[in-house]
Amino acid sequence: MRFAKLALSGFAVLAIGAIGAAAIAQQPVTPVTPPVEQPAPTTAAPVDPNAPVTAPAATPAPEAPVAAPVPAVTPPQTTAAGGHGGEEHGGEHAAAGDHHELTPAGGWKHDGFFGTFDVNAMQRGFKVYKAVCSSCHGMKLLSFRNLGDVGAPFYDARYPNPNDNPVVKKIASEFSVPKVDPDSGGMVSVPGIPADRFPSPYPNAIAASVANGGAVPPDLSVIVKARNGGAGYIYSLLQGFVTPPAGLNVNPGQHYNAYFHGDTASQWVGKDPRSKPPGGFLAMAPPLVNLDIRLRRDCVEGAQGGAACNQDTFDDGKTTTIEQQAHDVAVFLAWASDPRTEARKQLGVAVIPFLLLLSILVFLSYRRIWRNVEH
Amino acid sequence: MSGPSTYEPKTGFTKWLDQRLPIVRFGADLMEFPTPKNLNYWYTFGGILAVCLVVQIVSGIVLAMHYVASTQDAFASVERIMRDVDYGWLIRNIHANGASMFFLAVYVHMFRGLYYGSYKAPREVIWILGVVIYLLMIGTAFMGYVLPWGQMSFHGSAVITNLIGAIPLVGPVIKTYLMGGPAIGDPTLNRFFSLHYLLPFVIAGIVALHIWALHVPGNNNPTGVSVKDVKKDTLPFHPYYTVKDGFAILVFFILFAFFVFFAPNALGHAENAIEANPLQTPAHIVPEWYLLPFYAILRAVTFDIGPIEAKLLGVIAMFGSVGILFVVPWLDTSKVRSMRYRPIAKQLFVLFVVACIGLGFCGANDPDKFVFKYGPDKLALIYTEGGTTEPKREIFDQYADAISAQGRLADSVKAKSAIEIHSDGFKWLWLSQILGAYYFLYFLVFLPMLGIIEKPKARPPSIAESVRKKHGSPAASAVNPAPQAAE
Repeated sequence: MRFAKLALSGFAVLAIGAIGAAAIAQQPVTPVTPPVEQPAPTTAAPVDPNAPVTAPAATPAPEAPVAAPVPAVTPPQTTAAGGHGGEEHGGEHAAAGDHHELTPAGGWKHDGFFGTFDVNAMQRGFKVYKAVCSSCHGMKLLSFRNLGDVGAPFYDARYPNPNDNPVVKKIASEFSVPKVDPDSGGMVSVPGIPADRFPSPYPNAIAASVANGGAVPPDLSVIVKARNGGAGYIYSLLQGFVTPPAGLNVNPGQHYNAYFHGDTASQWVGKDPRSKPPGGFLAMAPPLVNLDIRLRRDCVEGAQGGAACNQDTFDDGKTTTIEQQAHDVAVFLAWASDPRTEARKQLGVAVIPFLLLLSILVFLSYRRIWRNVEH
Repeated sequence: MSGPSTYEPKTGFTKWLDQRLPIVRFGADLMEFPTPKNLNYWYTFGGILAVCLVVQIVSGIVLAMHYVASTQDAFASVERIMRDVDYGWLIRNIHANGASMFFLAVYVHMFRGLYYGSYKAPREVIWILGVVIYLLMIGTAFMGYVLPWGQMSFHGSAVITNLIGAIPLVGPVIKTYLMGGPAIGDPTLNRFFSLHYLLPFVIAGIVALHIWALHVPGNNNPTGVSVKDVKKDTLPFHPYYTVKDGFAILVFFILFAFFVFFAPNALGHAENAIEANPLQTPAHIVPEWYLLPFYAILRAVTFDIGPIEAKLLGVIAMFGSVGILFVVPWLDTSKVRSMRYRPIAKQLFVLFVVACIGLGFCGANDPDKFVFKYGPDKLALIYTEGGTTEPKREIFDQYADAISAQGRLADSVKAKSAIEIHSDGFKWLWLSQILGAYYFLYFLVFLPMLGIIEKPKARPPSIAESVRKKHGSPAASAVNPAPQAAE
């Protein structure tokens, strides 16, 4: 009985807190219009953040081109525009299996009981996926229409059926999708429609393996669910292509990454094995190297004023640092892995207070029914 | 214990029905069933488990409408449920986390039975039926975990089917029938799906027997003292225990809802979000949390005994750790049911619970890794000198010392020498051996011995007396609002 009394008072406090929090969470979560504000004086039509992407991206070059603001081999500390705390890269603490992922400044907006995805970040992240990742990594569990679902990057309340969403239609049409030609029966590549799945870059795993020196680039549909560390792991990995510490041999075709879940022991030659560097080796070259060129807005002469044209920014004006891109694509992939996250949490913040209240009522009934019984 | 039925049909129809199919009487008698008035919250887990079974069956039937049992499509079909089926994410999260909740509740229920001696005469059959249900639950959960066809699904099922193959004589045949062929593939997935759908209904049937068997002697209670006087010691099940169980079920649902809505993947493995790939074995294959203690016992046996090899011995130990539960009623020789009045047994029971939880941690960790290290890592220079095959290990604190020692070796020896990290500590393997030994000692030595050597404390003469003592009421005439319970 004493336990029950304690529990009752605890639940009551929790219930009041939860109801208050639920009230706060009732703020509209999904924007009515796509929130990416294009600076160009466009019409009221939904914004298309993909406009600047001219063609399916080529494999990222391992060397940083002239315009790249950040050399490929700079440690992530110096590239971090968001100013995450300096992470320990030194050997001593970093035995294999010890994973210290980076966290963006201010944490992840989608974490916690009431966290929702940062729509701007998702839209920018989709752009990074399309411009860079999609050349090697498929997302076969997603259809283009998913991008216009409630809670998705390009949701627009005016189009409850995402297949009608013009932004989604436009995005789909920019991918070429293999289909059976109804006239000849042969395979043809045609522009996608919202109902189509994201096309995979390779016809099968063997083709993917041959094209990538024996490594198959994993499908990214559920990658955030499939890695310990989740979005933080993706965020860290994309910033983890640092200069290999002296003494670490990197084989040709391999790339050292300080956050990869691997082991550096076999390549740590002539040094104390206790101080082997963290991380491991990836076949993937640093992908976010010269992204600034592809992601900045279209520069039509005189369209937006000359000055803005040379800045390396996303459509919404965010600077395209590697840190920013890694953050945004991690948010996009977190959404893609579990697109119903927001609906799930919203239902949860209603269900749990309801259960608390109901259990209090039932507890009071219990007290009443048992009031004359010694037990 | 249930007295004559007190149900009286009132309408013409119920009178007519009562003489042909007394189903209303059956329900009324269940609700009137005299139940000891001193049951605490540990006794609410039976009701919680019944609800868990219903939740799993209902959510599972809906999932089966959308799931595709084929190695090509299973993974994608589960993701389709999560993404495209209306509230599919909710149903799937309920079903996946519901399995964990089911096991959480069943463990509490079993520990409660062990503590209050609910397996003792005249309740042996209730206990044995319960162990059968538990075994079926393990089988159902294991086959259900294979269905999403993730990496852990596939390689976990490979480990388990190989274990069954280790049984002498019949093992290989059973293994082949289980897998539907020489390797895990479409036939395996199809029969696992079929059995995963079948077994819950078998469980439901045995649950009915479990409850039937319960209604013959009636509930045990925290004092272990049998009901002496139905009027003074018991209350009708409804409304007294329907409302108490109802409250407990709701509190349990809050925990359940937390996992479903806010941490749906917390009890699973990230590895299982990768589609099964037979050619790529995960670094650590581990079962779901609720089977980890048995997995730890399996891996704790690293030694041969006589002609029996370690692998088979591990399988025997693992199955034995569940099988031993069947004979617990006869291993425990004490006449006293409740451990409230058994001072030594109570302490050993607490250690037993700690050992079971500890075994869970052992199962989750690599047996060759360390629970704790004795000191900082050192370096080992490993080399093999000419003429011997046994490698030598020299231990150093400083890397420079190890290098200079390596330099002093003959050239041919040096070429094959290596400097590795040398850690020394307490291995998870050893902890699982200690705790696994305690698990068996508890049942095979302590329970039989204690009945002889332990001096139990005085028990209350009756349930009513124990309740009165607790409340300090002087009068013997406690108010009992249930005189109609049984006559």
